[in-house]
Amino acid sequence: MKDHLLSAADLSRDDAILVLDTSAEMAQLTEGRSVKKLPTLRGRAVVNLFFEDSTRTRTSFELAAKRLSADVVNFSAKGSSVSKGESLKDTALTLEAMGADCVVVRHWASGAPHRLAYSGWIRSSVVNAGDGTHEHPTQAILDAYTLRKHLGSVDGRRITIVGDVLHSRVARSNVLLLATLGAEVTLVAPPTLLPVGVEHWPCQTSYDLDSVLVKADAVMMLRVQRERMNAAFFPSAREYSRRYGLDARRFALLPDDAVVLHPGPMNRGMEITAEVADSDRSVIVEQVTNGVYVRMAVLYLLLAGGRE
Amino acid sequence: MSWLIRGARVLGGEPTDLLLDDERIADVGRRISSRGATVTDADGLLALPGLVDLHTHLREPGREDAETVETGTQAAALGGFTAVHAMANTDPVADTAGVVEQVWRLGREAGYADVRPVGAVTMDLAGERLAELGAMTDSAATVRVFSDDGRCVSDAVLMRRALEYVKAFDGVIAQHAQEPRLTEGAQMNEGELAGRLGLRGWPSVAEEAIVARDVLLAAHVQSRLHVCHVSTRGSVEIIRLAKERGFPVTAEVTPHHLALTEDLAATYDPRYKVNPPLRRADDVAALRVGLADGTIDAVATDHAPHPVEDKDCEWDAAAFGMLGLETALSVVQETMVDTGLLDWAGVADRMSARPARIGRCDGSHGRPLAAGESANLVLVDPAASRVIDSRELASLSRNTPYEGMTLPGRVVATFLRGRPTVLDGKLA
Amino acid sequence: MSTPAQHERLAAEFGGRQVLDERDIARALTRIAHEIVERNKGADDLVVLGIPTRGVPLAHRFAACIADAEGVSVPAGSLDVTMYRDDLRLRPARALEHTDIPAGGVDGRVVVLVDDVLFSGRTIRAALTAVEDVGRPRAVRLAVLVDRGHRELPIRADHVGKNLPTSMRESVKVMLQEVDGRDAVVIAEEQP
Repeated sequence: MKDHLLSAADLSRDDAILVLDTSAEMAQLTEGRSVKKLPTLRGRAVVNLFFEDSTRTRTSFELAAKRLSADVVNFSAKGSSVSKGESLKDTALTLEAMGADCVVVRHWASGAPHRLAYSGWIRSSVVNAGDGTHEHPTQAILDAYTLRKHLGSVDGRRITIVGDVLHSRVARSNVLLLATLGAEVTLVAPPTLLPVGVEHWPCQTSYDLDSVLVKADAVMMLRVQRERMNAAFFPSAREYSRRYGLDARRFALLPDDAVVLHPGPMNRGMEITAEVADSDRSVIVEQVTNGVYVRMAVLYLLLAGGRE
Repeated sequence: MSWLIRGARVLGGEPTDLLLDDERIADVGRRISSRGATVTDADGLLALPGLVDLHTHLREPGREDAETVETGTQAAALGGFTAVHAMANTDPVADTAGVVEQVWRLGREAGYADVRPVGAVTMDLAGERLAELGAMTDSAATVRVFSDDGRCVSDAVLMRRALEYVKAFDGVIAQHAQEPRLTEGAQMNEGELAGRLGLRGWPSVAEEAIVARDVLLAAHVQSRLHVCHVSTRGSVEIIRLAKERGFPVTAEVTPHHLALTEDLAATYDPRYKVNPPLRRADDVAALRVGLADGTIDAVATDHAPHPVEDKDCEWDAAAFGMLGLETALSVVQETMVDTGLLDWAGVADRMSARPARIGRCDGSHGRPLAAGESANLVLVDPAASRVIDSRELASLSRNTPYEGMTLPGRVVATFLRGRPTVLDGKLA
Repeated sequence: MSTPAQHERLAAEFGGRQVLDERDIARALTRIAHEIVERNKGADDLVVLGIPTRGVPLAHRFAACIADAEGVSVPAGSLDVTMYRDDLRLRPARALEHTDIPAGGVDGRVVVLVDDVLFSGRTIRAALTAVEDVGRPRAVRLAVLVDRGHRELPIRADHVGKNLPTSMRESVKVMLQEVDGRDAVVIAEEQP
């Protein structure tokens, strides 16, 4: 693996399988153990650098690092381009001076983790915990891990991703990773919520959810903000739900063993009904559990060894 | 003091001597002798008329941490320019006679290049009310070019009125063509790459829609329109069509849009963040052809200095703009001359004669190198090459997109009205 | 790149010296299996945990051997010690091997750790810490096919198939049917 995890595209097929296999071992090594802590990263410092609130992602990384015995520091650096707080550069220099071995960064600006990794401000490994509308690679890995657990393998499986692809870093990372792993991915969204150039992505696209669902092995619903209707991405929340929401009728179209994923937080009643979210084929809660194993694997692979 | 330049190839022609005396070119010919003149050997060097930039941001008043009139015109001289048009988006905005006169006077005092202030079209660049265009024209700065550059005059009625109004004094409206609603929060050229990088797209149509509207308005009211920093194939095609129909339209292209493509954004390094954004290779090809066939009249630098902290940050948070004055001629040599698209006479036309005519530089700039003309000229070594090092630039800022790149050509000397501003590649 | 198995086969064929063959290994394993039962006074409460890679098939062979002799089934599994190693930082992070603790766990039982070669003792040190995180055995014992000396820690095996005095410049390779396609122990001169 590379020194940083910035994009799902950083992972070759072999890398991706290594991370997934390592995640499975992490699950084995912690589930049902009396001691859920491994000594591997003792003496290493992991900094959670969050320029944007995300309690669930931060907590997941924190737990993962702590289970590997790393020292964890949470560094909340809220501030936008408008209300300039401390600059990314100065924050980075501070972390370097404190001796961080790994910086887990969540940022509102696409590419901010890339800047941290390659601007020469710091020497530590950088893990992208979600940047702007760019990527969220560990979310994609945990989704792939969850899919692999339920479907046996991702290779050749049909995965449908539905919703606000345009603004979704989760969708970008998932398309890249799932394609690397051999899945057939189909994006379903109104044309306004598909990015320009999506025809060059390694996936199919469709505007018609019903026709795609009948052949899907898994469906991943993306969060859709109601406010998007104010910028004319769709006319109303009601129309969006009717055309692209996963309700009981659509759920019934899915093959019997298909599973439902959602990266959270959910907008119940918007992109997914409560009935579907709480059904026994929804693996949404399990995704959260798996997130910790996947992040343990990523931290282990980036930090446990010496740099080449 | 008089200067005798020995053996320079005027516009790339045969070696010739030029005698400069008392602000003018006194003589051009072979083996001129002149007692008392300082002789400079120009063997192997080109002589071009002093370059004229239609689009420079000197940042003074207001952002003297990024550039001043003095440092900006020093950069201009080192780039071979003898006149620059200073854009109006300073602080305060150059929307009154007072501000344009101040900038013009600072230029005179520095003495490195003639500073031709551009007046704002609207008060405070707000796009609501016309600035006092006539007062700026009548001022000592004799403003002829008006622009809200950095912002688009998007209101069609206001644009029409501005075009009409400047007819009274032979002014020109230089439009920054950017449909504001289509580019809200936009960060880079809209396309597959922007989608992949998660950077908000800046569609070509946002430029082309305004260019199309404005050429029709210019034709309708029969007034002069100049299109700033054309960046797309579509814009070139619209302007070509407008010129075929005889519309009073001129256009400029920046060196960076002739040389660089959007792929550089994949580094997320804001030194490549610019307005309008870098486009695709297909657009670059169309811009080069457009400049070669005269559809695009001029190369203009859009020299946009920014302090380090405005570029040493996240892409989204960074300022738009690139330095250009000190690299423009080299980039044009690489993209237009070395590719065979333009000869040196063509370069002189696009970088001196035509921009001077668009800016109405009163016959003192953009003239042929002939006896009796104002002695504004530049000596260039086209066989030299150099590695761009931002620390060596005269500009106060460091945001060149060519850092570390090897570019052809070197300005050896620049003369402003017979007086050297640059000698041996250094400020004189 | 050659696989470890290929690498070892090459070592055996070019300059390697075979010190145990298939029958030697079988005899040694049978003897150790009997010692384990004898020491434990029966097969009750035994859990055999192999250390990957080659300790794992050895553990399963011991378990089968004991089951044959005693007529009871002995749980066997694997214990990866990678996460507990003290030399992780000397190399890029490596893939984890599988850990498989038999149902019933290790609490109150006698754990027999199995590895192919006992050398510095660092792997066993890591294994002892790893076992501690799994549970609290009544006792932990160590069985190895080969003890080649050069200990760097105060660790000793309870059951040894063969003591092989070696020089530091030599390498000891254990090959097993399940991993390498044949059973053998080979000593080779390490490439300088």
